[in-house]
Amino acid sequence: MFGVSSKDLREARTRGRSGDRAVLARLVTLLMIVVMAVVAVAALAIGATDTSLWGAIGDILTGRELDNRERIIIFDIRLPRLVMGMMVGAALAVSGAVMQGLFRNPLADPGLVGVGAGAGLGAISAIVLGSMLPLAFQSLIGNWLVPFAAFAGGWLTTILLYRVSTSNGRTSVAVMLLAGIALGALTGALSGILVYNANDAQLRDLTFWGLGSLAGATWTKVLVAFPLIAAALIAAPFLARGLNGLTLGEAAATHLGVPVQRLKSYSILLVAGAVGAAVAVSGGIGFIGIVVPHLLRLAMGPDHRYLLPAAAILGAALLVTADIIARVVVAPAELPIGIVTAVIGGPFFLWILLKNRSVLDM
Amino acid sequence: MLDARGIDLSIRRTQILHGVSFHARAGEVTCIVGPNGSGKTTLLKALTGELPFSGDATLDGQDLHAADGVWLSQRRGVLQQSTRLAFPFTVHEVVRLGLLNAATPDPSLVDAALARVGLAGFEGRFYHELSGGEQQRVQLARVLVQVWEPVFEGAPRWLFLDEPVSSLDLGHQLEVMDIAAEFAREGGGVVAVMHDLNLTAMYAASVALMERGRMVIQGTANDVMTDERLSQAYGCKVQVGLAPEGGAVPFVLPQVASR
Repeated sequence: MFGVSSKDLREARTRGRSGDRAVLARLVTLLMIVVMAVVAVAALAIGATDTSLWGAIGDILTGRELDNRERIIIFDIRLPRLVMGMMVGAALAVSGAVMQGLFRNPLADPGLVGVGAGAGLGAISAIVLGSMLPLAFQSLIGNWLVPFAAFAGGWLTTILLYRVSTSNGRTSVAVMLLAGIALGALTGALSGILVYNANDAQLRDLTFWGLGSLAGATWTKVLVAFPLIAAALIAAPFLARGLNGLTLGEAAATHLGVPVQRLKSYSILLVAGAVGAAVAVSGGIGFIGIVVPHLLRLAMGPDHRYLLPAAAILGAALLVTADIIARVVVAPAELPIGIVTAVIGGPFFLWILLKNRSVLDM
Repeated sequence: MLDARGIDLSIRRTQILHGVSFHARAGEVTCIVGPNGSGKTTLLKALTGELPFSGDATLDGQDLHAADGVWLSQRRGVLQQSTRLAFPFTVHEVVRLGLLNAATPDPSLVDAALARVGLAGFEGRFYHELSGGEQQRVQLARVLVQVWEPVFEGAPRWLFLDEPVSSLDLGHQLEVMDIAAEFAREGGGVVAVMHDLNLTAMYAASVALMERGRMVIQGTANDVMTDERLSQAYGCKVQVGLAPEGGAVPFVLPQVASR
């Protein structure tokens, strides 16, 4: 199945005993792809209306024209929402995995350590202050202002966080988490000042955005977030070998020929770009960045060459699943997806802490 | 040939190394000894590119200040005092990291290296569940796969070892030193920071004695290890004798009672 024979499977099991989990990792990744496909179909089929995906597919196959209502619900509401969910989920999970590799710590998550809040400050600044820019400039950059401001905010916070929590190549968990709290509070306060000064139209934008939701998904938003997220997802595998070397520490990675300084700069840019774009279109969705890489490390090991692609797929599948739950539980209304990920992710995070209590030198 | 002259190194305005000169030849084990805080490890970190320094240092004619990271990684492996891993890798996966930038990455070297350090059968174990001594030998295996052939493209390769035996029992100390000696015998160069003066005398063709950031003397074990010089460097009375077997190898006895 999927180019994997039963012989490969047997070999994967014996290799697992010999400590090489490469084949196991490929099998887990294949499984993730299947899960993603199932979830994607479900996301298109399930909704508040009784529009049938199967009916629509049947119509397309038999060459019959879809009626307008069906076309709008499936192609202009559910499909962009699915695509945006996949993009945001993949971006959050991959940036979590990269950040954990960079900080050499399984608890580093962009949402937990203030990077999401920094990106949020950038986005809010763009929404509130963007209207003060000259009109010509506004129409020139239009929709791109918010994601790139979020990217800049996330980038600055990540650099600050890294500078504060790392000395002599060693990152302190305690300092990282505490610095994250401080940065989160500071950016939150600045965001508050901006919100306080926003006008009515801007407030509507902000409230909608701040809930952490995929509900506003449109093809325009998908296009706006696409460049940064696509760049991050394409770049991530090129950092994998370096991040593997970095697990031994900065000095040992240097001895192995890893260009550590360049690796760190690129990793920070990648995290900021992916988180910035995700935050700009969907607000603050938490815990994907910590839950997904952790589960995958348990299932297939921490080798970033396999972890990063698998994290993109599982992150996409998990966020779309959370979105389906958000749409269904209180239908025809819907929950902000941030609530769903927090309900799943909060206890999960506590579980990780309990399991790692002894090894976290705090 | 590793040749360093007039190495100065400061960390946060405190000068650690003062005009240190040091050399090591391929085909030999060269040991750096000296009391705690004498700058042994700092010198090793300078020579392996971990700490910036001023002064001249060349490895087989290549200026170390200008050496490319990947070129260096194919020329020399570095074993640190201890290595903590950020994530739960298996022993196989850790050793395989040594092949990260290898000129010819051959995965079968992983098993060969583990067998060489006496850890055959440990491939599937988790690194963080091993004892300190076992972890150190896994790291040695990782360094060995990085520079598996002691001579590569006609030039020697180098092993830099920072206290390679300090967490090992007697048998494994000898095993690790034998690996270093074999690497040198086959044409590679070995530079090791050592605390154990007797192992140093047994294995080193050249011994460099450091004290307070300066190089006191570098020469053969017989030249360097004298009662007077060691007593002064280590601040305790030391008596050097000759080993009953092998005749010419010095051994060192600290004289606690008569301090």
